[in-house]
Amino acid sequence: MTARHFRVLPGFGLTMGYTLLYLSLIVLIPLSAAFLRSAELGPERFWAVVTTPRVLSALRLSFGAALLAALVNAVFGFIIAWSLVRLRFPGRRIVDAIIDLPFALPTAVAGIALTALYSANGWIGRIIEPLGFKVAYTPTGVVLALMFVGLPFIVRTLQPVIADLDRELEGAAETLGASRLQTFRWVVLPAIWPALLTGCALAFSRAVGEYGSVIFIAGNIPLQSEIAPLVIMTKLEEFEYGEATAIAVAMLLISFTLMLAINGLQLWGQRRQRSRT
Amino acid sequence: MKPSRVPANLGAMLLLGVALAYVGVLVLLPLLVVFVEALRSGVGAYLEALSDPYAHSAIRLTLMTAAISVPLNLVFGVAASWAITKFDFRGKNALITLIDLPFAVSPVISGLIYLLVFGAQGWLGPWLLEHDIRVVFAVPGIILATTFVTFPFVARELIPLMQAQGTDEEVTALSLGASGWQTFWLVTLPNIRWGLLYGVLLCNARAMGEFGAVSVVSGHIRGLTNTLPLHIEILHKEYNPVGAFATAALLAMLALVTLITKSLLEMRHPELRQGVARQR
Repeated sequence: MTARHFRVLPGFGLTMGYTLLYLSLIVLIPLSAAFLRSAELGPERFWAVVTTPRVLSALRLSFGAALLAALVNAVFGFIIAWSLVRLRFPGRRIVDAIIDLPFALPTAVAGIALTALYSANGWIGRIIEPLGFKVAYTPTGVVLALMFVGLPFIVRTLQPVIADLDRELEGAAETLGASRLQTFRWVVLPAIWPALLTGCALAFSRAVGEYGSVIFIAGNIPLQSEIAPLVIMTKLEEFEYGEATAIAVAMLLISFTLMLAINGLQLWGQRRQRSRT
Repeated sequence: MKPSRVPANLGAMLLLGVALAYVGVLVLLPLLVVFVEALRSGVGAYLEALSDPYAHSAIRLTLMTAAISVPLNLVFGVAASWAITKFDFRGKNALITLIDLPFAVSPVISGLIYLLVFGAQGWLGPWLLEHDIRVVFAVPGIILATTFVTFPFVARELIPLMQAQGTDEEVTALSLGASGWQTFWLVTLPNIRWGLLYGVLLCNARAMGEFGAVSVVSGHIRGLTNTLPLHIEILHKEYNPVGAFATAALLAMLALVTLITKSLLEMRHPELRQGVARQR
């Protein structure tokens, strides 16, 4: 790796060397341990571990709930971002600041707080359980916790894009007789959808691996409300390091593949948009 | 155009109502319930829960972990951003992607990988055992796992900022005869100090609050390897809600201080927000 163009500034060797060393020691070598360890298992054993009903159900829940949470947040996150950018109301700054709470609040705190709210005698559980909605200790609880964790990703990605929207275009569409829904569909949505997709991807990738905020409210019933990171944790407590690593590698592989696919989709979308204009 | 004014406002009011209700129920209520539950049995019970010796040792360990992990990632963040933004080289985007990697890894997996390196069955396990060095199920493991989880924060904040600032000022300082270190301390550092503070703030909040990764490598030895978030879990499992929520309230206050400082920084330096929108 050599620096091209300007070599006026000093310190390339030192900072790049330190960056690579530290990156390798803290991230790359330990992470490669997971891949090498699971390779030791051999493909057959690996496949046998990750396709047991318990593991499959946990993977399905982790990825499915993360997707569902991202979709719900896409809708409400847009409404929130839109309100924060376009509307002036008292307390706007406070609402704007509070959006970041899920970033700053430790996951274990979020976990017990959500559990306290939604359990049978909690503030919300007390109201909704008699109506037949059970959230705590069900897969719905998992989705709820992941909605909490993912919201800021979507709002924060959308805000700058909505602020950059050309309001005259919307006005023009309306003067030409477009309904609000049509304006949204044909003017606003095409402009924001790459950001919406990025926000959803960020929220999704965070939610897939989420542990702390989920395990308290999930109930953790195998085959029902047990998330994949918890299965890894259980295997580790049983000293089944090989099996734990296999599940971990399966999760990493699925996540990385999905991220690559989303990146590709975004590039394709940007290119298509550019060729249109 | 004019007649559509009223329904437009009505629609706007409706959207705002939905937005506020969603944020209120999903984000604000959990924060509120922490403080209400913590004070449910009075301030006395709250303070008593926090004066427990195990709570004290958890507070100490959490502070110590952050005091080591955050500076490590701070030095790395500055070095990495200097190399990435002040020079041109092949593979820059790949390097940035690798720096972001810990954000894409589940906390539990972040802990697991250190077990695979330092655990009894791990790569260095036998050697460490021979020399009687404990890494996992001990404090060094907790620090390592925390460092992994908070790895990208400072670098992610500084890279866009330093990219936007370019190299002109540094080149000028050098051509006027400043040494490399002088240039860094007197020109670069003052330029990036707010971004640095911002990154450290977020890094610290995560370091003190990390749960999953630390849980894997901690071994849960009370008084020795229990951080504040792990302490919450133990108290919760023991059906001690006052203790659990008292500890949680302490961390919630840390989160609030983080949010307030962050908002103040953003108000003065709106450019800092750009980085946040792109990262994590």
